[in-house]
Amino acid sequence: MVASRNTTTNPARIPALGLRTLVLMFLSILLMFLDNRDNHLDAVRNTIGTAVYPLRVIVDAPVRLWTWAREGSQSRDDLQLENARLKAEQLLTRARLQRLNSLEAENARLRAMLDAREQFEDRVRVAEIMAVDSNIFRHSLVIDVGSSDGVYDGQAIVDAEGVVGQVIKTGPMTSEAILISDPGHALPVEVNRNGLRTIAYGIGEFGRLDLPGLANNADIQVGDLLVTSGLGGAFPNGYPVAVVSTVNRIPQRAFADVSATPSAALDQVREIMLVWSTPPDDDTGDAASDGDDE
Amino acid sequence: MSNDRAIRHLPVILSIIVALALTMLPLPRVIEAFRPNWVALILIFWALSVPRSYSVGIAWIVGIVLDVSHGTLLGQYALALCTVVYIVVRFHLLIRVFPPLQVTATVFALIALYQFLLFWINGVAGITAPAIVYWAPVLTSAILWPLIFTLLSGVSFRVQMRG
Repeated sequence: MVASRNTTTNPARIPALGLRTLVLMFLSILLMFLDNRDNHLDAVRNTIGTAVYPLRVIVDAPVRLWTWAREGSQSRDDLQLENARLKAEQLLTRARLQRLNSLEAENARLRAMLDAREQFEDRVRVAEIMAVDSNIFRHSLVIDVGSSDGVYDGQAIVDAEGVVGQVIKTGPMTSEAILISDPGHALPVEVNRNGLRTIAYGIGEFGRLDLPGLANNADIQVGDLLVTSGLGGAFPNGYPVAVVSTVNRIPQRAFADVSATPSAALDQVREIMLVWSTPPDDDTGDAASDGDDE
Repeated sequence: MSNDRAIRHLPVILSIIVALALTMLPLPRVIEAFRPNWVALILIFWALSVPRSYSVGIAWIVGIVLDVSHGTLLGQYALALCTVVYIVVRFHLLIRVFPPLQVTATVFALIALYQFLLFWINGVAGITAPAIVYWAPVLTSAILWPLIFTLLSGVSFRVQMRG
């Protein structure tokens, strides 16, 4: 960067230090401005992101190795027990699936009779969460699939229990996702029992979502299951999100104080599913784009 | 000649890569907020000991890499690192003659400024995070500074001798 180190005439003086700093500061501010406004800088991000990818793999490797070693050293009895448990679980799931198949067929028939838009099956893909820490200012995680696997910005992420979050930045190999518990995240939901629509906001706690938009006389109770409503377009409808944990109705206030516990274990997930929902072909009512997203 | 220069830069580049890896290393959620600012500490060290070769330019580039790997606003860490390293390089002769405890206090103040800049930029961009995320690293970074200083001092001596 600088010529020789032997110019000891005035060691305190570094050539054009102030000017260089000013230029770099100005450049940073310009970059931040551009980055905050739109996704103009995705190409830059992707290029540098690819350079960082090997480092991510290296950091992730010991954790992977540990998991692998632990799985390898499990005793036969443990495995047999687990196998038996999984078999029982699968039997139950299949039995429930049989009913679901007939219900799905019935639903399609009824929808056809009502001339409503048919619901398509969502395509899913399992992805793994990389053991790397990303942005500490947000509730986010890094997953091991990227745009080369067809992942896109805003894609929904679920796990076996419920909605986890959505993709916010897609890189070539890895992507970054934001959890539903992030303070900047809002998710359009409906109460499964009666279809009451509202929005669940993250507040920065893994175990809690807030539902500030419900009137005092709204029909909501502790234990109600909240599912995605599909409004806003980012999330397909019908995935479980959270269970209402507290309902506080204060007579003087217009809105009830409602919070819910996310169904997915947001701080423990290791494997997640990415959902490709079929884009709405025409808007028969539920493709309005409002409310949602960071 | 170019080979010689490459060897001279090697410890610096390696230490920065290790710092980046330590920044990405997963930690349990409870102590995650207390992760020291490894990258900032390493850059402060090199700016203090070899200010002619490693100053704001390298700080800015490393900052951009940090921004990409963290998924923060592009330029956020770059600006914060650049500012801190500028202060270090500007006053490196003064800081060098400080007694060790006072140097640690200076590092504390520098990391506090660094975190404040991140906090400020997040505030402007509308990103909110709990206060502990910003202020816990200041403490842990200052505590770890003597260790990093001792570890890198031996290497740095050789870097300067070779150059």
